[in-house]
Amino acid sequence: MIYAPAIVALLVTLALALVRAFLGPTLFDRALAVNAIGTVAMLLLAVLEFLTGRPEYTDLALVYGLLNVVGTIAVLKFFRLGDLGHASPVDDEEMR
Amino acid sequence: MIETGAVAALLAMLAIVGVAIARIRNLFGVVVLSGAYSFIMATALAALDAADVAMTEAAVGAGISTVLLLGALHLVGSLEAKPARRPAWPLAVVIFTGLLVAYGTHGLPAFSDPQSPIHRHVAPRYLEDGPRETGVPNVVTAVLASYRGYDTLGETTVVFAAGIGVIALLRRRRRKDGEGGP
Repeated sequence: MIYAPAIVALLVTLALALVRAFLGPTLFDRALAVNAIGTVAMLLLAVLEFLTGRPEYTDLALVYGLLNVVGTIAVLKFFRLGDLGHASPVDDEEMR
Repeated sequence: MIETGAVAALLAMLAIVGVAIARIRNLFGVVVLSGAYSFIMATALAALDAADVAMTEAAVGAGISTVLLLGALHLVGSLEAKPARRPAWPLAVVIFTGLLVAYGTHGLPAFSDPQSPIHRHVAPRYLEDGPRETGVPNVVTAVLASYRGYDTLGETTVVFAAGIGVIALLRRRRRKDGEGGP
């Protein structure tokens, strides 16, 4: 069974990413760590679904992927602009 | 068997993340860790066959909550003040309540036991008479929109009111910014 080692490997990766999110000296380390956690959660879900013989739930993993992108973009926009509501005046200035 | 082990490992990580969230003073780190918490929780829920709850947890916990908390962080700053005293009494209450809940789980039926009361009370009637009584072909939709219609209406009202509140708060602040600007 190939799925069991895959799950163990993913859990180890998840633990390492958690350590980085917890220790992370800079905010970018934490942002990257949480992005990695989202990706690993997605993969873990996919493997678990194939392990239990219900691959039709893979849609759920796709939703995780989309949410992960939204969360990461929100975090990075917060870094850049310090706010989420603005129509990004920084970008306007760079355009000119 | 490996599935049980994976769920146990995920729950252990959840406990570690919970302690970390309580310990960290950098609020940005707390927001990031709570997003990670939601992703792990959603994976554990999906592994326990609760696909709809997992979807909600991922969407609300990791998606919307992260964005809203980051917006709040912009207003309050990202460093938490040190507590004035060590919260020993609340910690004791929380541990006691947790032990009580853990004790309470021994009274529950076994996981996914088909003979448990929740599967024998009204579920057979929903499955057998649902299409005839409600005229809705999908059982889940029939339960949500017809048998528990008032419940769903209440939930929708709560979500709608919360959305209006958030929009009102965020819009007021943005207009103030516009007046202060050029």
